[in-house]
Parts: sequence; C-alpha cells; structure tokens
Amino acid sequence: MTYQEKKSIVSIISAILIFVSYCLYMYPRYPGGGVESSEAFRYWGSFILFLTLFSIVAHIIISIIFNIVFRITTNEKEPTFADELDKLIDLKANRISFFVFIVGFLFAMGSLVIDQPSQVMFIILITSGFISDVTGSITKLYHYRRGV
Amino acid sequence: MGKNLVGNHIRKLRFNHDEMTQQQLADKVGVTRQTIVALEKGNYSPSLELAFRIALAFNLPLEEVFFYGDNTKQ
Repeated sequence: MTYQEKKSIVSIISAILIFVSYCLYMYPRYPGGGVESSEAFRYWGSFILFLTLFSIVAHIIISIIFNIVFRITTNEKEPTFADELDKLIDLKANRISFFVFIVGFLFAMGSLVIDQPSQVMFIILITSGFISDVTGSITKLYHYRRGV
Repeated sequence: MGKNLVGNHIRKLRFNHDEMTQQQLADKVGVTRQTIVALEKGNYSPSLELAFRIALAFNLPLEEVFFYGDNTKQ
C-alpha cells in the first residue's frame, strides 16, 4: 500500500474520530430552554466554529504523527509535492465532496421550508459537512487504488 | 474503473535499464512513485508531457514506450 492510500485511510479514520469525539463532548452542553432561544443559536454557532478549528488542528497533528510513523515503519520519505495524478484525484474528490455538501445544504434549507425546528437544519448541515469530508477521502482512496 | 486504453512498456523498460526502481524513474520524470505504480498497472493515462518525459528518461521515442489499445499481439 502506497503513502497516498495509507494517508486516505488515516484521513477517513481521523475524520470519524474527530467528529464523533467532538459530538460526544458537545452533546451534554446543549442549552436548556426553547429550541429557538438565542442560547441555542449561540450553541450551534459555536458548535460549527469550534468544530472547524478543532478538526483543522487535529488533522494537522494526525498528519504529522502519520508522517513520522510512516518514515519509521517504511524507511521511505513521504512525497513532498503533488504531481498530476494527485491533482487529478484531488479535483475528483473535491467535486464529489462539494456535491454531497450541496445536497446536504439543500436538505437543510428544505427542513426549514417544511417547518422543522432550526435545530434540524443545523444537524443536517453539520452531518452533511462530515459526510462530504469522509466521501472526499473515500473517493481519493478509491481512485488511488483503482485508477483514474 | 475500467482499464485505460493507453498501455505502456514501463515495467519492461525499467528492467532493461539496469533494473531501475520505480522511485528512480519517478525522481527522473518528476512524479511520485504512486504515479509510476498506477501507470504500470494501467490505471492511469499520463498527460502528453509526462509521457514524453518518461520516453526521454528511457531515451526512446514515445511510441516505443506507450501504445494505444490492445497490444497483446506485439
């Protein structure tokens, strides 16, 4: 298995771990009171903002640890640049990832149209962000293994 | 994902060039080893520029490294 394939697998696992652990951390902190209270909006705002920051930092740390482990276990240096195949696979992964997120975004807006509470909209939005991230990594893994 | 129609003799040519490793060829043509692996497996059709760089690395014309379609008769 090559560096890029291993990196895609690590990316999928870390995305799941980061999202699940963050949700488990934030779930008990959901404010009481009405679902449409300003506290609830503040909660969802901070949920998305800190999830973004937390996942960026965690991904960087996991990536550094992965590179160190990869060097130690394989005695191989990780590629320091992205060549034409990497760029092509990145483009395909991004396209699918954006498509998934846009579908989720439309569902989130649709939930407001059918008079669902705003909480449902935020949950769909956050879940679609997570699924789009995982889908992007799965697409990369698929193309690295099966070709373009 | 179906196999690409652009095939190549890279594996054979590497062997004939002092058993050049995939990494050595990758370094010579400026791509990652993963790309050479994908090319040898027939999972990726290179850009014209990369195809020329690979042919140059073996000092051969393009058509002696790459072929289009089924080349089993050769």
